[in-house]
Amino acid sequence: MWLRRRGCLRPAGCGVEELRRRRREREAALRKARREQQLISKRLLRDDAPEEGEGGCVAVILGQAEIQQFLQLAQRGTEEKERERALVSLRRGLQHPETQQTFIWLEGSMRTLVGLLTSNQALLQLEAARCLHELSHSEQSAVAEACLPATSYLLTYLSGHSSDFISPHVTVLEALGYALSQLLQAKEAPEKIIPSVLGSTLPQHMLQLLQPGPKLNFGVAVEFAWCLHYITCSQVNNALLITHGALSTLGLLLLDLAGAVQRTEDAGLELLACPVLRCLSNLLTEAAVGAVGEQMQLRDERVVAALFILLQFFLQKQPSLLPEGLWLLNNLTANSPSFCTSLLSLDLIEPLLQLLPVSNVVSVLVLTVLCNVAEKGPAYCQHLWPGPLLCSLLGTLAFSDTEVVGQSLELLQLLFLYRPEAAQAFLQQSGLQALERHEKEAQLQDRVHALQQTALHG
Amino acid sequence: MQLPPAVHARLAGGPGAAEPLPVERSPKAGAAPFRFTARQVRFPREHEFFEDGDVQRHLYLQDVLTQVAGAPERPRVPEFTCQVAGCCQVFDALEDYEHHYHTLHRNVCSFCKRAFPSGHLLDIHILEWHDSLFQILSERQNMYQCLVEGCTEKFKTSKDRKDHLVRRHLYPADFRFDKPKKSISPATPRATVQVSAEALGAEGEQAEGDAMEVCSEPAGERHMAGRRIPPTICFGQGASRGFKSTKKRNKHQ
Repeated sequence: MWLRRRGCLRPAGCGVEELRRRRREREAALRKARREQQLISKRLLRDDAPEEGEGGCVAVILGQAEIQQFLQLAQRGTEEKERERALVSLRRGLQHPETQQTFIWLEGSMRTLVGLLTSNQALLQLEAARCLHELSHSEQSAVAEACLPATSYLLTYLSGHSSDFISPHVTVLEALGYALSQLLQAKEAPEKIIPSVLGSTLPQHMLQLLQPGPKLNFGVAVEFAWCLHYITCSQVNNALLITHGALSTLGLLLLDLAGAVQRTEDAGLELLACPVLRCLSNLLTEAAVGAVGEQMQLRDERVVAALFILLQFFLQKQPSLLPEGLWLLNNLTANSPSFCTSLLSLDLIEPLLQLLPVSNVVSVLVLTVLCNVAEKGPAYCQHLWPGPLLCSLLGTLAFSDTEVVGQSLELLQLLFLYRPEAAQAFLQQSGLQALERHEKEAQLQDRVHALQQTALHG
Repeated sequence: MQLPPAVHARLAGGPGAAEPLPVERSPKAGAAPFRFTARQVRFPREHEFFEDGDVQRHLYLQDVLTQVAGAPERPRVPEFTCQVAGCCQVFDALEDYEHHYHTLHRNVCSFCKRAFPSGHLLDIHILEWHDSLFQILSERQNMYQCLVEGCTEKFKTSKDRKDHLVRRHLYPADFRFDKPKKSISPATPRATVQVSAEALGAEGEQAEGDAMEVCSEPAGERHMAGRRIPPTICFGQGASRGFKSTKKRNKHQ
């Protein structure tokens, strides 16, 4: 099985330090690639794999005739073992880009593969899924494009309403999701591929595979959540996704994730949380949100509770995801008095302040969310002071980062405006000195002076 | 990060939105030199904001691919037989049995014994084949629903539905009852073709309709020569064929 949590494949004799070093190297390579807009290059994903393949087997280039032979054997062989072996050989060949190319252009090859993906022999189905996985790395998007038409058929066969997911089906679904995610990352995806995906029944299928409940399979959900992310961040037609109930499905999934985090503390959950957060955040910005019916919107206060449970989880396991979680919190609270009220009534201001020291990016986001609350007026600021907020602001004023300080000044202005008593307390706690530090800073001085005036003269 | 217990309790509670506190803004808020406006933010795909999450995703994928390339050894168990009456398939891995059972025995029509890949398709089959009311209604309105979930089209005949599935949802063209694949029964191609023609003639439209059945693959079952082979239920073929293909039975017994 492919789930990361079901056992890692480690090169023998590798110490923990060595593994950490390799991981850091890989991470650095990926960061560099992303900045060069090369992250989706499938080359990168394959670099390590050939060396760590089974028993030192290197990918073999297969010619047309060989591919045809293997396919025929797989499809019509008389011995089960023989059919399996044929597919394994094909899969090994497909690890090589040249074989991938030959395969794609061979007539009927994808069709045969699709047929094998619905085989009622488990091993054949599994190997076919692995072949699909290998093919997904082809530099030519022709492969993934060939999968697209078959997806409807495959999903009907694989999902339906059956209450148990059996493992070959799961493997095929994961492979399908992965192939699709590759396709959706292509440069031309927003113009060509995403519109046709949105015009099909795929979005409904995807959302169904993301619905929380006993049928949810983690690995499958991860792949399709990423597919959904590539679609939503391309901003082609997010309104359509909202009419299919994307907001409520993803909202419920978020609740489910928070529940899982509470139960298991499993470090793998962020793999699903990340794309879900991104989709929700981007979808919330659609104007359509206001136009659809109640059930389609996201108003459930539990989403805020879930988000904070996830933020706590990120803080411990994956701090790099804190900004993404806070981004969602911003989009939830910016235009929503209800969600801002939830932050107050659930006592979440203090936990939020605890995130300030994490990083400058996180600080700015935390302060922005607090501004979202404060700008709603006196009724809201009444709950912000008295309280720990002022002390925290005196702390952030000591930061050297201009953006952090700038956002602190914005928050102070709102606080002083709607809660004048806070200005008094600010003065008493040496607030003026804290402001003085930034009097010469070009980007800050106007606001610093304005606040000094307000604090002194009301 | 300390969360108040109310948060966990709230998650476990029912859906609902907080009654918002009254909003009351002053025009001075965010006025120059200040600039704050509460607004939602969206990020396009290439934005550097996504860098960390994307890198994590790719690290995960690299791990996955390493595992895919080195397919693990599957646990074997002592050989056992499928316990469903009339089925003698043998297995030495639980995964294989699970798959076999699910695809051939789980969603079986109690009326005609045809097997389906999913409960959904079985439900549609029962409705279309064993519900007399369906037949009556279908004379007056479009009753054959598209098999793809999310597609709301309905058709007058199962053939029209099939055409729609092939054209619109790009189902394989041989996802059909009346065209047995050569691979299905290499030993008895004639028998199956004859029978299917009969079935078509006898049952007319109904025979065409069932394009959803699961095909068991006798080619794979031949390794158990000597054991009783279950009646062939081919993809889109009727269960009645199994009874009629006496030629095949004799050959294997």
